[in-house]
Amino acid sequence: MLEIKNLHVSLEEEDKQILKGVDLTVEAGKVHAIMGPNGSGKSTLSYVLSGRDGYVVTEGEATLNGEDLLEMEPEERAAAGVFLAFQYPVEIPGVGNMTFLRTAVNAQRKARGEEEMSAAEFLKVIREKAKDLKIDADMLKRPVNVGFSGGEKKRNEILQMAMLEPKMCILDETDSGLDVDAMKLVAEGVNALRDEGRGFLVITHYQRLLDHIKPDVVHIMANGRIVKTGGPELALEVEQNGYADILAEVA
Amino acid sequence: MANPAAKLDPLAARIAGLSTPDGAGWANEVRGDALSRLSAMGLPRKRDEYWKYSDPTTLNQPEAPRAGLFVTDEAMPFSDVDRLKIVFVDGVFDADASDDLSLEGVEVERLSDALARDIHWARDLFGVLETRGQTPVERPLAALNTAFATDGVVIRATGKAAKPISLIYLHKSETSDAILHHLVKVEEGASVTVLENGPAAARFSKCMEVEVADGGQFHHVRAQGRDHERRASTHMFARLGAGSVYKSFTLTVNGVLTRNEQVVEITGDNAVAHIAGAALGDAASGAFHHDDTVFVTHDAVDCESRQVFKKVLRNGAEGVFQGKIIVKPHAQKTDGYQLSQALLLDEDSSFQAKPELEIYADDVQCSHGSTTGAIDEEALFYLRSRGVSHGEATDLLVLAFLAEAIDEIEDETLREDILTRLQGWLDRHRG
Ligand SMILES: Nc1ncnc2c1ncn2[C@@H]1O[C@H](COP(=O)(O)OP(=O)(O)O)[C@@H](O)[C@H]1O
Ligand SMILES: [Mg+2]
Repeated sequence: MLEIKNLHVSLEEEDKQILKGVDLTVEAGKVHAIMGPNGSGKSTLSYVLSGRDGYVVTEGEATLNGEDLLEMEPEERAAAGVFLAFQYPVEIPGVGNMTFLRTAVNAQRKARGEEEMSAAEFLKVIREKAKDLKIDADMLKRPVNVGFSGGEKKRNEILQMAMLEPKMCILDETDSGLDVDAMKLVAEGVNALRDEGRGFLVITHYQRLLDHIKPDVVHIMANGRIVKTGGPELALEVEQNGYADILAEVA
Repeated sequence: MANPAAKLDPLAARIAGLSTPDGAGWANEVRGDALSRLSAMGLPRKRDEYWKYSDPTTLNQPEAPRAGLFVTDEAMPFSDVDRLKIVFVDGVFDADASDDLSLEGVEVERLSDALARDIHWARDLFGVLETRGQTPVERPLAALNTAFATDGVVIRATGKAAKPISLIYLHKSETSDAILHHLVKVEEGASVTVLENGPAAARFSKCMEVEVADGGQFHHVRAQGRDHERRASTHMFARLGAGSVYKSFTLTVNGVLTRNEQVVEITGDNAVAHIAGAALGDAASGAFHHDDTVFVTHDAVDCESRQVFKKVLRNGAEGVFQGKIIVKPHAQKTDGYQLSQALLLDEDSSFQAKPELEIYADDVQCSHGSTTGAIDEEALFYLRSRGVSHGEATDLLVLAFLAEAIDEIEDETLREDILTRLQGWLDRHRG
């Protein structure tokens, strides 16, 4: 599904290399986790995959089901099936959460040549999914993420993911700042979407989230590279010993 | 005043082609006085304090610069609103195109008919508020309007006007130079909504004097557009009695030069004045310069005023806001608010603001703010990452930016109508 080969990325504004040859393949139906110290390039990878400005790909490639992602505009990547749950969801005053989501759902459907969702159908579906995530009607009406608590913002990301039904879900530290209950809600939201045809890339610092979202593969990222790949046990090792041992071992 | 003689020649040239219409004795006097005021002031000059950001040259020159006619098959603003239509073509009343002027709750007449009568309520209003509005800042183009306006309507609301009065300004001659003067008197407890739309002329001068008596309500929604080459200088002069309400909203799209002045004087306690505007210009489809110049004077206790002006500028479009809140010494408990903001969609566009407060009372709450900003790139990326196209995402952010101004339109039908215009403009002017 998602294939990243030898990806090198620098900042546009300054001459600084962030990703130094990332190789990663996420198969459909699988959950891959990426762990790694702060500043290792995890968020950068998620941004580059979703098409944020400010980065230059100097080498390598990234494809989704064979399609070159790096050539596409952010909205084209979204229509192709890429979804990023932001580490820091953006507040947008003046744009209603519902308006935003309906515009997004229909824009993607239109881009894929599918029929748009009617207002009534949309309302029915979103109410259902919001309920599962304990998002109340008031939150749906408010401007996007404005005045939301940290946990509410993260749940709102998962709601968007549930509505958009992407093929490749990238979650960037969706667990950070969540209490145990909120984390369970988020994990349930993610697990409900687990499907044969869908891949997940879950970026996290903690084993905790991975107790709820069982990963198939765990990668350790450090200094712009995937330095170690293993099974779920790798996450446990990080939880117990930190990154020091692993980094020393691969250095 | 500094040497007015030096300014006389351009003025003489400006008014040489204009003739003073004939009316009743008092009306002729008012016009004569206006001409004297104008002669004393001279035409506005670039170096005048409130003309620093807008060039009055083309408003001053003897003939209106040619403005090509703009043809569109889009329905006119307010088409779906049940209203009393009064049509002016290049500044001349068109009786055939207009509705019958009778309407429950309100008396409507043509200006020339009112000014021909020896006894008429218009005598207490015509030129009166314009004269008051000349201090503390001179507005020569308004005096010129009073002196030479040939047409217009006078409206007196005696009860609740049964429907909005819709002034429609059609532009059919490329060289028309129109001068309209309207008078609106809202009697105690009465209410009326006045709508204005249309390009009016190649060059348009419009003055509206609005007196709102105690407990009266005046609502005004205006849609200026879509002609690109038109020029306009408009003035709204208002005086508000106790417990009265004055709410004015203007949408402007396109226009090579638009100067909208509003001068509102609050003289009765507990009155409310809200003045708002949204202006959108894309200089890629013709030069765009839009200037809102607004003065609100609080001369009574416990009154509220709001100024909310937003501009969306693209491809070298220019926006200007000059706004002042004046609070007289005894105008305690004044709640004054002023906001002017520009959203620049590129680096070629510009916004100049001159926000001012002049407060002589001590127990007041006044705030003002002015910002110039670009589209929030983080927000734009967030929206696009969910599949919303660049254009549509920009529209959402532009509409969000304009919301506070648009929300000032109380009536839902009118607000929806204005939003339709806005959306149409956005669709036609994608980045
Ligand atoms: N836009 C940017 N400007 C400057 N430095 C950046 C930018 N984006 C990322 N970086 C730098 O790149 C490195 C990796 O950051 P990031 O991808 O956020 O790491 P992680 O998510 O793993 O903590 C850090 O050193 C960070 O400071
Ligand atoms: Mg990060």
